[in-house]
Amino acid sequence: MARAEEQKTARIAEYIDENLKKVFSDLARDDMPDQITDLLSVLRAQDEDQRGRK
Amino acid sequence: MSDLHPKDELITHLPALRAFALSLTRNRASADDMMQDTVLKAWTNMDKFTPGTNMRAWLFTILRNNFYTSRRKLNREVADVDNAFSDRLSVKPDHDGRLQMMDFKHAFAQLPDEQREALILVGANGFTYEDAGEMCGVATGTMKSRVNRGRARLTELLKLDADAPLELTDAVTLGVIGSPGVAAR
Repeated sequence: MARAEEQKTARIAEYIDENLKKVFSDLARDDMPDQITDLLSVLRAQDEDQRGRK
Repeated sequence: MSDLHPKDELITHLPALRAFALSLTRNRASADDMMQDTVLKAWTNMDKFTPGTNMRAWLFTILRNNFYTSRRKLNREVADVDNAFSDRLSVKPDHDGRLQMMDFKHAFAQLPDEQREALILVGANGFTYEDAGEMCGVATGTMKSRVNRGRARLTELLKLDADAPLELTDAVTLGVIGSPGVAAR
């Protein structure tokens, strides 16, 4: 009986985890905000600038 | 271990970092702010990252620390939740599947921050309880308990019954996720 319950819990846990993976992959496909791409451009330019001074 | 320069490797984790930010904040504007702070901190402190360790775990840790610090500063337990989290429907061919995913997202969004975080780290990203506990500054047992309570609450909210057919996500989608150390796309 306890074993059957454990199997049910494991099956539901597996279902939940598969859906969590799907939710997460959906969110990871969200467009990158402009403020992040702009920030990366600034950070890269700063690095280039520092390298140029050395 | 990645062969990329750490700063180039950071870029490959941005989609996953954004997904983590959206999962935690459930608000697009807050997620963007959290992410901006995280990228800035990580970029300017890259010398503190230990090559060969898991960069995604490092980035997630910085982001979640920002999130909880900001929440404490605002002294607020309930976040401003917009539809950033629940309005993104998965591209599934069948109508029932889409509705199920919508229900799942709504139920997930209702969980407390700590349980959502635990489920995203362990359930969605495949971190071990030990690693996830370390990232969140809690004992392995605490992390396990958060995951179990989160699953139990979802089971209750979605009225899941293991004796009924449970739809599982297709293999293609799972392939998109990758392992914790691998870019999400």
